[in-house]
Amino acid sequence: MAEREAYALRSEVSGWEARQGAERGRLIFAAIAVLALICAPFAVYPVFLMKVLCFALFACAFNLLLGYGGLLSFGHAAYYGTAAYIAAHTIKVWGLSPELGLLAGTLASALLGLVVGWLSIRRAGIYFAMITLAFAQMIYFFALQAPFTKGEDGIQAVPRGYLFGVIDLRPDLTLYYLILAIFLFGFYVVYRTIHSPFGLVLKAIRENEPRAISLGYRTERFKLATFVVSAALAGLAGAATVLVFQLASLTYVHWQTSGEVVIMTLLGGMGTILGPFVGAIVVVTLQTHLAAFGAWLNIILGAIFLACVLLFREGIVGIAQKRLKKLL
Amino acid sequence: MGENIILETVDLRKEFRGTVAVDGVSLSVREGTVHALIGPNGAGKTTLFNLITKFLQPTAGSIRYKGEDITHARAADLPQQGMVRSFQISAIFPHLTVLENVRVALQRVCGASFYIWKSDASTRHLNERAQELLEAVGLKDFIHRQAVELPYGRKRALEIATTLALEPEMLLLDEPMAGMTSKDIIRISELIRRIAEHRTIVMIEHKMKVVADLSDTITVLSRGRILAEGPYEGVSQNPDVIEAYMGTGHAA
Repeated sequence: MAEREAYALRSEVSGWEARQGAERGRLIFAAIAVLALICAPFAVYPVFLMKVLCFALFACAFNLLLGYGGLLSFGHAAYYGTAAYIAAHTIKVWGLSPELGLLAGTLASALLGLVVGWLSIRRAGIYFAMITLAFAQMIYFFALQAPFTKGEDGIQAVPRGYLFGVIDLRPDLTLYYLILAIFLFGFYVVYRTIHSPFGLVLKAIRENEPRAISLGYRTERFKLATFVVSAALAGLAGAATVLVFQLASLTYVHWQTSGEVVIMTLLGGMGTILGPFVGAIVVVTLQTHLAAFGAWLNIILGAIFLACVLLFREGIVGIAQKRLKKLL
Repeated sequence: MGENIILETVDLRKEFRGTVAVDGVSLSVREGTVHALIGPNGAGKTTLFNLITKFLQPTAGSIRYKGEDITHARAADLPQQGMVRSFQISAIFPHLTVLENVRVALQRVCGASFYIWKSDASTRHLNERAQELLEAVGLKDFIHRQAVELPYGRKRALEIATTLALEPEMLLLDEPMAGMTSKDIIRISELIRRIAEHRTIVMIEHKMKVVADLSDTITVLSRGRILAEGPYEGVSQNPDVIEAYMGTGHAA
């Protein structure tokens, strides 16, 4: 008996050691990645990098909902764009500082997420996607008609201003580090959520919802909380984009933006922590380099998306992870 | 074997677009007993389960559990009151590890589940209890395995460990032996007998040997109604029951 216990204890310890080892590996990888991002603007055009980071954060937020919550929202541009308009208005019209603009935008999106989430979370699959799309279209037409959004023109020439009243954000390089900090913060929130007791329940719900209910979980509460976190982070990404381009326009709330974030997430690897980031790099790079093709760009993107869904469903990171596991 | 009625349904009825799946069932389950529900396919057994556990709303009738009316309770609230169900197909979380499967349940009991900002390590103290539970069902050596990799019988054992993590007073098992090898059946029967010592169990089961071995009371359902009720000896001799099962040979 004692022997068996000792064996069990050993196997438990080695199991935990293996996990700690993996944790250490992840930390080293994260440190290298952050270092690379800190050095990146000296090699690559900072505005391009900032665009990638903003979309990457948007995609991470979306992935939290789709990849871990199992909910396909087809209207995430609503949260991205609402925050953008609110942030732009706060900074330009009310003359408040950029950090307050970011905060106001994020809160507005969280609130919108709470309302839309509360109304749509009881439906699953295609119905959920349609309800979220319907709300996003409402937001789009609101943005088109409401006077403060300036319709087709959008809110232009939003000043970047001074962070906390001190740091001048006008130089691209300075702004880059703020955007990087925002991205890392958002990424950490997603990481924390997934690797928390809450995240375990979320995965359980995605895996087998009736069983989660039978264990006593009110699953709709967990889904709603995830929806709100996702909407808030999508909003943060939108507000950050306003600082980069000094503009909030109808493109931000357009359904095509909702579609782009779906493509980024699936291309990079849904339900993987790095997938949305990689997907955002690929899509933004393509958009930048293929801009000369005009409308053909969307056809090319569409073809890539089709190939991705048909041939490699796990996405780039999903496949890379599988290969790595085989190697190890 | 107590005399207290722990669960009672009164004239429970469920209609689906004109067809009546459960037609006025009044069932009484005594505390501490193993109560089997049997009957041919389509007799309404699983529907009755879904009604009792609030996965479906009854068209008419009422349900009382531990003296309280739970007819309009929420499915997710029943586990808090000690009633936990299983499903016909094995109810595990396939892409979580065996340990995580049990931890999800333990976490609900200790109330840590809304901690978004804490790390996994904050619930590490649950591992000890999880391992005890897994050992009790013979899964100690598989704790870091993904649940989907387990053979079928082991998956059901995992499901039982997860269910026991909630320390239920009452378990509703929907065909615990479905699709099992005879070796698994012996093991799971033994397990059910062990957990039944301090609990009430309601069980849907087709394997008559299992029913005869384990249950104190048997209720036979047919076309949504109760056909017969009582201990195995009485029920298996009942001519109505034999007729209902004609051609299937189960009651022989």
